[in-house]
Amino acid sequence: MYDFAYHRPKSVADAVKLLKDKPEARAISGGMTLIPTLKQRLARPSDVVDLGAVKELSGIKLEGTNVVIGGMTKHAEVATSADVKAAIPALAHLAGHIGDPQVRNRGTIGGSVANNDPAADYPGAVVALNATVTTNTRKIAADEFFKGLFETALADGELITSISFPKAEKAAYMKFPNPASRYAMVGVFVAKTAAGVRVAVTGAGPCVFRVKAMEDALAKNFSSAAIKDITIPADGLNSDIHGSAEYRAHLVGVMARRAVDAANK
Amino acid sequence: MSISVAMTVNGKAVSGKVEARTLLVQFLREHLGMTGTHVGCDTSQCGACVVDVDGKSVKSCTILAVQAEGSKVITIEGLAESPDKLHPMQEAFRENHALQCGFCTPGMVMSAIDMVKRHNYQLDEATVRRELEGNLCRCTGYHNIVKAILAAAPAMKSAGV
Repeated sequence: MYDFAYHRPKSVADAVKLLKDKPEARAISGGMTLIPTLKQRLARPSDVVDLGAVKELSGIKLEGTNVVIGGMTKHAEVATSADVKAAIPALAHLAGHIGDPQVRNRGTIGGSVANNDPAADYPGAVVALNATVTTNTRKIAADEFFKGLFETALADGELITSISFPKAEKAAYMKFPNPASRYAMVGVFVAKTAAGVRVAVTGAGPCVFRVKAMEDALAKNFSSAAIKDITIPADGLNSDIHGSAEYRAHLVGVMARRAVDAANK
Repeated sequence: MSISVAMTVNGKAVSGKVEARTLLVQFLREHLGMTGTHVGCDTSQCGACVVDVDGKSVKSCTILAVQAEGSKVITIEGLAESPDKLHPMQEAFRENHALQCGFCTPGMVMSAIDMVKRHNYQLDEATVRRELEGNLCRCTGYHNIVKAILAAAPAMKSAGV
């Protein structure tokens, strides 16, 4: 790991100022991705701005029927939150299956969503539940947020302050985890909310995506039988030592059907 | 860049000068000489480096020492009451022969104690196996580790730890 200058601001405003003043600065939230990246010398920031002391970024609250989760809220807090479990149990379940207990004690929702790892779990929930990402400057709709491989709508120096999830009538997340890393080989989040039915797939492609054909079928009949004949093309899906694109395309169908069955329980 | 860092380790106030990039596990091992916490994979997968920071189980190879500024850290060295009286989890590991080479043991014991407390001293075998997902034993001696944790849960409860 190359050395860097370390900062520990206490407010979002101070953190943003540091990130803007130092063009090569990186924000660190839980560090579950950034620290391994630094160790491998895949990044060389001049400055690291630690958000750990920014109290206003942590916590879970209810706003109307929405669950609003602060950007620095840890996976373990989301997994065990009574509010999340009551409003959107699928979201608590998802958080409780990220990485391992120690990773869940450090990793944060804002860090995960801002990083947009193709195999991360949270992007599936953000898109399927049609969540809104709030930053220090604006609100961004889920469909506008995730742009591609590790790419988001966030501008330089823009921080996720919270994410607002609408309560779901029915929702479930099913993932086929990589047995070593627990990252999603394929994860499918299915949700029926006031906005309609959404099916979001993570792990399979370079970035989270929706399956419109499944959404239309489930809108008419919310059962796994309704999507049993829908397949998705393998073109453009991830192919690596863990599984081919064809295998992942197949898993999307399997995980989607399991998610619908779980949502109906 | 040299930075002063201060924290409490096993109830004792400690401080030192570190680089921003110094990991907590390096601070513990190389600055404080507390080599009970091990570095196995150094990629936050194996769990040999697990310590407790402010009541949360974390992998000390994936947190900077400066991020633990002002924290209360507990390591494997802080568990036993005295050289003659082990923590119930350590005792259970000994009784059940829950180690082979012993390299993963400090992290296993730290994770196991956290696991027992989070589950309010009530565990079953499936839960223990699932909860150990962040700790690897390359001797593959999991069976006795699971037995030890199941035995330690009631022992910790009656010992009030």
